[in-house]
Order: sequence, then C-alpha cells, then structure tokens
Amino acid sequence: MALQTAANTNDPMAEWAGSLEQLKGLVTERALTGETMLLNMGPHHPSTHGVLRLLLELDGEEVITCLPDIGFLHTGIEKNIESKSYEKAVPLTDRMDYLAPMSNNTAYCLAVEKLVGLQVPERAQIMRVICLEMTRLNSHLVWLGTHAIDLGAMSVFLYCFREREELLKMFEMLSGQRMMGSYMRPGGVWRDFPPEFLPMLENFLGYFPSRVDDYEALLTKNPIWMDRTQGVGVIEPEKAMAWGVSGPSLRGSGVAWDLRKSMPYSGYDMFDFNVPVGEHGDVYDRFMVRIREMRESVKIMQQAIKRLPAKGPFRSDNRKFVPPPRAELGQSMEAVIHHFKLWTEGFAAPDEEVFVAIESPRGELGCYLHGTGGNKPRRVHFKTPSFMHISSLPVMTHGHLIADLVAIVGSVDVVLGDCDR
Amino acid sequence: MIIPQALDPVTALKQAMPDAVEDVREYGGDITIVVKPDHLQAVSQYLRDTSGLVYNFLSDVSAVDYYPDYNRPGRFGVSYHILSLLYKRRLRVKVYLPEEAPSVATVTTIWPGANWLEREIADMMGIDFVGHPDLRRLLMPDDWQGHPHRRDYPLGYETVMFSFNADEIMKHKPHATD
Amino acid sequence: MGIISSKLGNLGVVTTTLDQAINWGRTGAMWPLLFGLACCAIEYMSTQASNYDLSRFGMELNRASPRQADLLIVSGRLTRKMAPVVRQLYDQMAAPKWVIAMGDCASCGGVYNNYAIVQGADEIIPVDVYVAGCPPRPEQLLHGILTLHEKIKGESIRDWAAPVETIRV
Repeated sequence: MALQTAANTNDPMAEWAGSLEQLKGLVTERALTGETMLLNMGPHHPSTHGVLRLLLELDGEEVITCLPDIGFLHTGIEKNIESKSYEKAVPLTDRMDYLAPMSNNTAYCLAVEKLVGLQVPERAQIMRVICLEMTRLNSHLVWLGTHAIDLGAMSVFLYCFREREELLKMFEMLSGQRMMGSYMRPGGVWRDFPPEFLPMLENFLGYFPSRVDDYEALLTKNPIWMDRTQGVGVIEPEKAMAWGVSGPSLRGSGVAWDLRKSMPYSGYDMFDFNVPVGEHGDVYDRFMVRIREMRESVKIMQQAIKRLPAKGPFRSDNRKFVPPPRAELGQSMEAVIHHFKLWTEGFAAPDEEVFVAIESPRGELGCYLHGTGGNKPRRVHFKTPSFMHISSLPVMTHGHLIADLVAIVGSVDVVLGDCDR
Repeated sequence: MIIPQALDPVTALKQAMPDAVEDVREYGGDITIVVKPDHLQAVSQYLRDTSGLVYNFLSDVSAVDYYPDYNRPGRFGVSYHILSLLYKRRLRVKVYLPEEAPSVATVTTIWPGANWLEREIADMMGIDFVGHPDLRRLLMPDDWQGHPHRRDYPLGYETVMFSFNADEIMKHKPHATD
Repeated sequence: MGIISSKLGNLGVVTTTLDQAINWGRTGAMWPLLFGLACCAIEYMSTQASNYDLSRFGMELNRASPRQADLLIVSGRLTRKMAPVVRQLYDQMAAPKWVIAMGDCASCGGVYNNYAIVQGADEIIPVDVYVAGCPPRPEQLLHGILTLHEKIKGESIRDWAAPVETIRV
C-alpha cells in the first residue's frame, strides 16, 4: 500500500498529528492511538445554544471526555466598562446575559451602590423585584422552549414564545426596548412605572399559571420526555458545590440554596416564597425546578404589586449620584450644576473593591467592582453562572451517550453571552 | 443536624496561621484578608475544612491590575470570593503579585470550580497559576498576543469615520458595498 | 410575477421571463442557515415564533447545514475568534447566497468598539442588507428580509453565473 509517511508535508494527517500533540494529557491515551474517536461539535451547531464548541472523545456513542471551548462570543465588555463612567456602563451590562438583562443591570447597580454607599428607596426595591421576576419568567420561557426543541418537542417553543411576547411588551412599556431595557440605574430605576403597566402585569399574572399548566401537560408526564431526561446528566450535590454550580442546577441536585432566600438583597426578605428543590440532580429535576420557580415568581410578583406604594420615590434623591428630574432644572441652580456634573463627568467612587452576588435566572451572578477614586472603575469582573456551568460540563457528561449531551447542555441553561462576556 | 458555632474567620486564621495574614480590611461589609501568596493554598485549605468556617463554595476569582502607579504591595491583585453555604456569609481572600512574572499557586485542588476562573485570569491578565491542570488560553484565540484585561493593553478601538479617513477605514472592509 | 392571461381560461398557462420565475422561487422559499451569535439570535427566534411567524415569507425552514442554506443571517456581535468560523460557513454555502447583517454589532461593531469585536461583518463577508437596531425588533428584521427580496427580484441569473466560472478556473 502506498501509505505516505507523516514526514511528508502533503499528508493531511501530518497536520492532524500535530494537533493531537496539543491534546496530550487532556484526552485519554486511547484517542492518541486512534482507538477512540475525537469529534468536534460546534461552534456552529444547532443545539449548543449559541457559539459553544465541544471537543468530544467518544468510545462508540459514549462520551469519555468533553472539552468545552468558549470565547467565541468574548465581547470585551469588562474592558469596555473600564473606559466608561459608572452610570454609562449600565447598557453594556444588558448585553452579557441577553436573556436576563435586568438581572445584570441589578447586579451591576447593586455593586455601584455598595461601592459608593448609596441607599435605594423601598419603593424602588419593590419595582426592581417585579422587574427581576419578570426577567426570570422571560429567561425560563426561552430556556423551556429551546430545551424542548433540542429534545424534539417543537410545539412547546411556540407556546413559550407566545407568553414571552407579552412580557416583552411590558418591558417595552417600561423602558422603550423589548429586550435590552437598561431600566436599572444606580440608586433605583430609570423612571416610574407607566400607569398602564401594573394592570397589564396583573392580567398577565392571572392567566400565566394556567399556561404553565399547558407546558406541563405537554412535558411533565410525557413518557418520551421522561425517558430522555430522567437519570441523565446527574451531578451529586457535593460535586455541584465543588464545581461552583449554582441556581436551578444546584437546586436540582437537592441543595436548597437560593440567594433570594439565603442572603436576601433588594428587599427579597419581604416576600413569602418557596425554594423548589430536586432530588436526583438529573436533567428532569432541573426542568422541574425551573417550572416550579416560574410559579413562585408569579407569587412574588403578586405580593410585590400589593406591597408597592402608589406614590413615592423610584430613585434615590441623593443628588451627588442621581441626576435631578427635569422639573427641578427650571427652578434650582444647584440642580443644573448637579445635572451638568453628572452627565459630563459622572460621580467618583473610592479606590476600594466590592463584590455583590444576586440570583439570576441561571444561578449566582456576581459582580466584582474596583474603583479608582475617580469616575471610572479600575476593574469590573462578572462571575457568571453559565461560565461555571460550562466548566462543569465534563463532570456531568462523562459516560453519557452523545444524544444525551444535547439534553445536558440544554438543562444547565447556558447562555454564551453570559459565559464569555 | 447540629451546626457548630460559627468562628470569626479573621481571628481564627490569625491564630492558626499568624505568618500568612498580611492585612485585614473591611469595606462596605466585605471582609478582605490579604495573605502572602506562598500561603494561599494552606489558607484556602484551612478556610474550607475548619469546622466553624466551612467556606465550601468558590464564588469568584477576580484579578485586578493596579497599573500604572500602584500604592499597593504589588501590581496585580487576585481576589478569591469564597462563600459558606452553611453560615451564609462571604469572605474575600486576596493576594498581591509583583509586576515581574506574577504567579501564585492554584486552588483547583481545593475548589475544582476554580479551574476556568483561573484559566480566564491567566488568559486575560497573564498571571501564572502554578499547578493548574490545563492553563491554555480560554477566551481569546490560541495565537493571541498579550493579555487584554491588563491596564496597559489598549482597548483597541476603530476611529470614527469621516471623509478624510474614510479610505483608511474602508481598507478593512473589502466586502462593503453601497 | 408574469402575466396570467385570463383569456386562456382553465389551461393555466403563465408567461414570464426566466429571471422572474427563478427569482420568484428564490424569494418565496429562502432557506436561512440555523445560526445565531448573540442577542439578535433571540430576536430572530422571536421572529420565527408564533407572534411574527416568519413562515409567512417561506422561511420557516432553517437548515443546520450551510450546504443547504441560501441566507446567512449574522445575528449578533462577531468576535475575532468567531470570524474565521463565519467565513468558513459562508464559503460552504452554495451560490446563490445572501447575507443579512442583523443588528448594530454585525453591521458596524455597535457599541463594542474594542479589541475583541470585528467592526462589522463586512470586514470578512459581503453583506447584502444591514438591519439596524440593538437588537432589531422582529418587524425590522422582516423589513430587512423583504428588502433583500426586493434586491433579489432585481438580480439576473447572469449575475450569479460569473462567480461560478471563476471557481472552475
């Protein structure tokens, strides 16, 4: 046989052998001899939920090693924020986790507030809670739709997006933008709820639980769904904690850890809600946790609407950090000065560091903020749940079939914008 | 389940490892313990395994660059934000690293989740984590030059297009048409 | 499309030019590549979902393989790490093929004027229609798609013949 030697540069295998060298230590020895197969999945792959690349080592259909490769959506948001004043950075944070923009806004604003010691009025906190829970519904609906599509249930997607459209209409009512609202500001929210917003939300909350029943009727007891999700992608609670898994994925493993309950922020301690917990830590439990979380979110929002005072400040009145309303500008010279200072220079924050974490729909979203003493941060770093979840994929996928890999990637609810930032 | 009495992390650590602690600071309710880089692994092990502390969850590892005129012990600071799920409290362990060849021992042996967080810092800040299992670039392409999140790395933006520099910018866009 | 001669009654004969017939086929059943980058991909999904129903324009069928796709919608920010992949996807698509740059990031870099982002998809691939917005509303994307349809209707099969010959050489 006229086999070419590896030294021959025309040999396409020569290049391949070179790249195998780089994988030494990452895949098993069997892959280097060609006994197992190396398969590249992504970054353009329909079920990787964005631009995730997985390098898989397969023994037949069984996944032995999974090496995720990320960075295909690395946007440099953290670096960009370093060149902006504190308030101007809010719109950039939206675009990290584009399914939960309000959560990102809030994490960032809470960090800024902690850094400069700014108090948020109670009414604004309740308004934030309403927005955060709407965001949770929004994110879980997209997750449910896409996860169901991945596993072959097409119609759930259409139903989920029908309800999501209603939420987007409300976001648009609040902020003028469907997805990237940038509604949160350091010290509160951008503006008061428009008068037609709360009736629309109440109406939505009235029928939404029955819509969740519809999704459950399609999936929860569906034998195909149960076969494909139960016992798949199990992660034990100890391992989940060690790998930094958080949010619904951690709760699916049976750890009742929800930052809204355990370490409340933004007035979540005022509300009465349950933290749904799974038992087995498989794909099905993570699905059930999210479904029940949607119902809990509805409860929180209904309580929040009741508690929301009809009148009151929606933003702090500390004029060193919060620009005065337009009406004040005509009457007060001081207001004009504050307005000018805040919009040209911004406010200064001390040369200190803070870390704030909130419960985003995906898990623990942390914001590390380090001031310079001037009007721009020295460093912002977002610890994002998707990042941790993708890093734990090798643990979850080990020994599973390649068809189940799709279910596992979907079940931890990764958003690559959130992961790569 | 009987939960042991919670210990104050600062006094406990100062008692157990007096050499390791360099400084303790508090700001906005966050406690920061600055430790010597050589002791980081031992301190992490102690904080995780001591009953009464049990910092069993690594929330975040963040690096900050104090370039250019730093009034800190070193140019780089690496902050480990750890969380105790049992006592519901956070702690920041911080090390300062020098400008020349910054390196610190990895904590992946203690919290496996540190794997990618440290890899990201190695990629974006150029800090070496000794003993890390797989320190390839994470976010940037393999052949990228430099470490983008350092303060001396330019943001690298494209200038705004006016008529005088339109030709220069359009050189980058060979496929752009009217 | 063509002139239907009502005088011919039930015979159903349609007279048209070849260009018009082909362009009618191309616009009526355009298969986009199932490909999403970032936030705009979610709005693209909204466009396909129940409320906006992209199948009204014959586009409900997303092809996961670039070999079977006609339209590449660059939906979202295009990073320097992703750029070679997108270029390869574009090269794999069979002519005739079209590109929509959806959103500000894909059109010009958007708010991310920095080291990681390609300042517009037109730095690596030819773009036919730019859709502004961050992210564009589904209506805006639909408008972009219809604009592309208009553009295609003005094309002739001779325009596509030229690149095929250069490939043969």
